[in-house]
Amino acid sequence: VNAKRIGWAGVVLGAIAWYITLPPVLVRTPVPSILLALAAVAAGVATTRAGEQRLGRGAVLAGAIGAIGAVVATKSGVANLEKVFVWSALLAATLRFATPLLLGALGGILSERSGVINVGLEGMMLMGAFFGIFGADVFGSWFLGMLAGMAAGGVLALIHAVFSIALRADQVVSGVAVNFLAAGITGYVFIAHYGDQGTPGEVPSVPEIKLPLVKDIAFVGDAIGEMSLLTWMALLLVPLMALYLYRTPAGLRLRSVGEKPRAADSVGIGVLRTRYLAVVASGCLAGLGGVYLSIALVHSFNQGMTAGRGFIALAVVIFGAWRPYGALAGACLFGFSSAVAQRLPAFSESLAVLFQALPYVMVLVVVAGLIGRSRPPAAIGVPYVKE
Amino acid sequence: VTEPVDQLDGTPVAQTPASRLAAYIRGGGVIVPLLTALLAFVIGGLVVLITGHDPIATYKAIFEGTGLQWLFPWVTGPERETAALNLQQTLILTTPLILVGLAVAFAFRAGLFNIGGQGQYIVGSIAAVWVGSSFAGMPGFPHIVLAMLAACLAGAAWAGIAGLLKATVGANEVISTIMLNYVALWVGVYLFSQGGPLQNARDSSLPVSNDIAEPAHLPVFWGDPVLQGLHVGLFVALAAVGIFWLLLNRSTIGYEVRAVGLNPEAARYGGMNVAKNYVLVMAVCGLFAGLAGSLDVLGWQFRLATNDIQISQIGFLGIAVALLGRNTAVGTMAAALLFGGLLSGTSQRNLDPTIFEPQLASNLTTIIQGLVVLVVSADVLVLGMLRRGRGLFRRRRPVPEGEA
Repeated sequence: VNAKRIGWAGVVLGAIAWYITLPPVLVRTPVPSILLALAAVAAGVATTRAGEQRLGRGAVLAGAIGAIGAVVATKSGVANLEKVFVWSALLAATLRFATPLLLGALGGILSERSGVINVGLEGMMLMGAFFGIFGADVFGSWFLGMLAGMAAGGVLALIHAVFSIALRADQVVSGVAVNFLAAGITGYVFIAHYGDQGTPGEVPSVPEIKLPLVKDIAFVGDAIGEMSLLTWMALLLVPLMALYLYRTPAGLRLRSVGEKPRAADSVGIGVLRTRYLAVVASGCLAGLGGVYLSIALVHSFNQGMTAGRGFIALAVVIFGAWRPYGALAGACLFGFSSAVAQRLPAFSESLAVLFQALPYVMVLVVVAGLIGRSRPPAAIGVPYVKE
Repeated sequence: VTEPVDQLDGTPVAQTPASRLAAYIRGGGVIVPLLTALLAFVIGGLVVLITGHDPIATYKAIFEGTGLQWLFPWVTGPERETAALNLQQTLILTTPLILVGLAVAFAFRAGLFNIGGQGQYIVGSIAAVWVGSSFAGMPGFPHIVLAMLAACLAGAAWAGIAGLLKATVGANEVISTIMLNYVALWVGVYLFSQGGPLQNARDSSLPVSNDIAEPAHLPVFWGDPVLQGLHVGLFVALAAVGIFWLLLNRSTIGYEVRAVGLNPEAARYGGMNVAKNYVLVMAVCGLFAGLAGSLDVLGWQFRLATNDIQISQIGFLGIAVALLGRNTAVGTMAAALLFGGLLSGTSQRNLDPTIFEPQLASNLTTIIQGLVVLVVSADVLVLGMLRRGRGLFRRRRPVPEGEA
């Protein structure tokens, strides 16, 4: 039997260990869960021994989380559990929270695959959030608002690109700088234009797609029957991005620029041009994530409303090993933790505040390499100088 | 076993973008930072102009809000009294900025980028408010020292997490410190929000902490204590500047920190424990930032509201302060005064709203902050060219050691 299968079995066992204590199964004793979790840990150890360290650690972690989750669940009241773990609603909320992360992460993949670190995703998302709603308000159209938001993200990305590509600035510092710039610019225009009133209530928003037949199916209908257009777009972008990166000449060129720019240059690929395009495109995608926040999710803007989502998107890029499907998995994981955190006030109002920190703690766990580390593009962070 | 690599840029853990930056950033003298600040202010002025305000009048109003004209002997009478009040505010804000600036600068010198000053500042202020509002009846001086120590330890421990993650598994400190900021923020909001464990004991409807015990307030040495005069925390911050300089330039620890910052591989080859240095450096950074939190709490806030925690940006300003100050002791101090002035000059309290709206002005501060960091990130190139040019002409002469 190969090690990978054992590892994945471990991950699944860990998940099952938690799942059986939650609605609708609701086992009220932790014993079977703990046994399952131990099996998961054992599978993880075996996988690690067999050489699949990354997956092995993932299985061990899944076992640990499964056991802890199961113990907590069996200690809490059934009524509360049923209020929090409404799976269809949780899935819907997961996708809602995952959308901006996924769009930002896909942007991050483009930029970083071309060799430019993009710590500025946060600011680009913030630009998209403000100029999305600003554009929608001024032009009276969600579509033009969306374009304005993407353009604003792209413009900020262009600043980052000029500094990190042409001026060969330190990419992390330049990224941090554009984040400050975005916070200042959006806050300034927001106050100058809307003052103390805030954004108006009747700004046109991105339509939701209602699937006529799917909507009536019991579970699926509640989960995906009514999702924002942008959520669908984000989900659709994942295979498209994978196709682009791995199945087209342009994608190969992009990757070669991020791995071996000198070699790419020597076969006639424009390294700098490719990087410019990639960084600006990443800004547009992150901006689209921001547009989703302001005119699809909350229908208003407040200063600094991205609240670190751009940074989480960056963590999603790393978690997903710079791959589109990996980013999808990461975005759903963080989206799920946000979705659960959002529903926890059922247990305790004040504890729910604490759980707002959950996604950030998750990122820490991920960057700590507990789930394993992956190899970034070889030339990332290194400015390219043509000979 | 594979060598741990940095997650952001894939280089071996030891070589970070920040370490490359630190190597360049020591040169350039005082001219480059001055030009940097000037450029940022000019572009900020353009923003003011485009949005239909008078930039000259705006900057003049902001300058008057800083109270720095108190230094001019020809300013007299009631004008001088107002200036004194404003200057006290400027220096009150400069105090924590010096310390969070040092927190970022110290990391830079070791080749680390500490974006977590904000989180370290928050945990420091939480620790200080907890100690300062407990132990009622304790005499003032030991109580103050205890609260400061608690804040330093809390900040050091918080930053130490990032250092430990960097040293052991190569987790990029940029991402981990950013995440620790958000965790600190939500933990703080949780502690003092309604029903939270450290929420006000007398009024359960207010999302604030208990008040700092009266004897544990830092003494005010300039101005009226009732009107938020200048507290002695400024001298603590200035002492920290001295300690920073001594630690960096006159101690074995500082030698190792600088060596690791300049070239981690060489430092490792030379027998230094690079991983241990990362933890140590981050802990020292957190210590500075945590101390900043305690000075604000004990000096003029006297209590911590959830709102204070959520809107505070002091720690982030530390990045601009350190970069503009060239990561040196004296430079950081000067840059902190600049940003302290900008903060107080654009505050609701000091800026004349008929000339420029304070809410707009605080965003102008953020824009200027971003521009400063942006320009500094690029003047690395300018310095690099300067250095290369210098190398061509005076190949024999060693590059002069940057003074702190």
